[in-house]
Amino acid sequence: MAQNSNREGALLALRRMMMIRAFEERTQKLIDRGDVIGVMHSSIGQEAACVGACLALRDDDYITGTHRSHGHPIAKGSKVDRLVAELMGRSTGVCKGMAGSMHLADFSVGSLGESAIVGSSISIAVGAALANRLRGLDRVSLAFFGDGAANTGICHEGMNMASVWRLPVVFFCENNRYAVTTPLSQSMAVEHVADRAAGYGMPGVTVDGQDVRAVRDAVTEAVARARRGEGPSIVEALTYRYGDHSYRLGALSGKRDPAEVAYWRGRDPIRIETERLRDEGVATDEDFAALESGVQAELDAAVDFGRASPYPTKADLWSNMYEDSSAWEGTPWSK
Amino acid sequence: MVEVTAKAGADATLSTPLQAMNKALREALAEDQSVFVMGEDIQTGTFGMTQGLVEVFGEERIRNTPISEGAIVGAAVGAAMCGMRPVVDLSIATFAYVALDQLVNQAAKNRYLFGAQANVPATFYLISYHRSNAAAQHTDRPHPIFMGIPGFKVVAPATPNDAYGLMKAAIRDPDPVVVLADMTTVRRRGPLDGDADLVKIGQAKVVREGTDVTLVAFFTLFPALAVAEKLAAEGISVEVIDPRTLAPLDMATILRSVRKTGRLVAADIAYDTCSAASEVIASVTEAAFGSLRAPPKRVCTPMIHVPFSPPLEKQIFPDEARIEAAVRAVVATGQGATQ
Repeated sequence: MAQNSNREGALLALRRMMMIRAFEERTQKLIDRGDVIGVMHSSIGQEAACVGACLALRDDDYITGTHRSHGHPIAKGSKVDRLVAELMGRSTGVCKGMAGSMHLADFSVGSLGESAIVGSSISIAVGAALANRLRGLDRVSLAFFGDGAANTGICHEGMNMASVWRLPVVFFCENNRYAVTTPLSQSMAVEHVADRAAGYGMPGVTVDGQDVRAVRDAVTEAVARARRGEGPSIVEALTYRYGDHSYRLGALSGKRDPAEVAYWRGRDPIRIETERLRDEGVATDEDFAALESGVQAELDAAVDFGRASPYPTKADLWSNMYEDSSAWEGTPWSK
Repeated sequence: MVEVTAKAGADATLSTPLQAMNKALREALAEDQSVFVMGEDIQTGTFGMTQGLVEVFGEERIRNTPISEGAIVGAAVGAAMCGMRPVVDLSIATFAYVALDQLVNQAAKNRYLFGAQANVPATFYLISYHRSNAAAQHTDRPHPIFMGIPGFKVVAPATPNDAYGLMKAAIRDPDPVVVLADMTTVRRRGPLDGDADLVKIGQAKVVREGTDVTLVAFFTLFPALAVAEKLAAEGISVEVIDPRTLAPLDMATILRSVRKTGRLVAADIAYDTCSAASEVIASVTEAAFGSLRAPPKRVCTPMIHVPFSPPLEKQIFPDEARIEAAVRAVVATGQGATQ
């Protein structure tokens, strides 16, 4: 999609990173005000990983996500009004209010859904890739997962299966160094998730997850390999979440090494890309201000849309259950 | 090598449920390019259902998998949401425990969670073991677990006709269907002469009509029929119902029968706690208490693990003797009461 020389593409990439950050900040405000109820896992700090990975994908490629996954559909091109409405539990939400923050899915942009059971969605991406193979399509699946998910059995099973079948999958690890509160050093004996790729007979690379272009380039190579029918790859983006595991959890606040936090905040993905675009003469501070105000206006409209939208009705409790519910005819809830 | 010679149609031909499901798979694979089968060792067809398929349909569509039950089920769900109709052969039913997250949190919930943006038209095939001399880890009967998970349709065919029809219905169904075979009946020969369209998901079958007591037989159809035959000679008329589908249960057929007979026995190879049998009895008691002339009875397995030792294993499952005793006890109770 975006090329370095392509101003429009570069600004779109930056705008999506800005949108993810603004979306997360707005969601926290909506939780404070009671507009959004429930758990919220912020991806602030990880925007370049989300956006860089999706820049390498076509519109008809598939992604699967995690519990920390507001950024993934945004990066793939989802409309934020329906995402905000989903967080508010409204019928106009992308999942009609049935999913909430942890299970966003937007099939219209190839987002096959997010699983809040850590690791679980990795195998869904493998299955989507299998469907692509069997249907003779050259679509690729990209599974977003974290360093925590890298230690699940389903991650191992999915990687092995995809590799032995040479399926078009990119296993994209957002390594933010913590599984809830447990640091990487307590959960992995190797330094990088990508180090494990050799055991599956696939390539694995580790990239700077705060550099949207580095992420895009690494994933572009993995996607090209997958599309050529040469099988899956691991791309590991080293990144950091600024906040706690979930908003207002209070589990990790103040417990991380201040030097570590300062280091990563000094490598802010949006600032890195903004400064680079300015240095390259591609865009000016006026451009960035215009992008930011556009993002805020879109979110204002999204919040208004969500607030004005109705909640699902009692009928929706049943209607989403089965495509064919004829066998339940006459039972109390099926009416 | 399983010979599948039976044809649907006028000529009744003896077959087994395994052969009938093999035939259903062959026809589904031939009719619909989106159908494919995957599981462990299915190319050799260790258990018989998938024998001979790879020679006809190739390794892409008859797909041997690594021993990775979680990824097998998860991949089936992903493929199903992207335009395919996977049939997953999980073989022994307890292997499903390894894949429970994928079955419960993905297969059963995704359509609902995602606001019906995608369907999950996947079929999950399992064989329930009992009286199989395989000890506790292989010998569970997990159908109540699947009945307790919204989102699944659950079928349990006991005869070749029902195995053929329900397997075809499961593959065609737009929602996830769990097909539970029974190790003690999958190789039992019977007529295969049915038309697939005659067996719909959600329809029980009154296999033998009777007037004194309703006997609902979960994975116990043949001992139930033997008991009915024996008691008929003594003038006790037993109506035997094969539920065929466990989710949703065809309560209309069961209630119609109980309102006629006034008595109910439910036999089930599951543990008595939260079994299909206890569910039927609860539902009948709620809906037709006034029709009951005697307290209903369950004939199940006690909450004891399945022992290997063959003489011990025999004792814990519902057999003809235990079903007969329950039927006699229920029929003997409330004689003379009016409906």
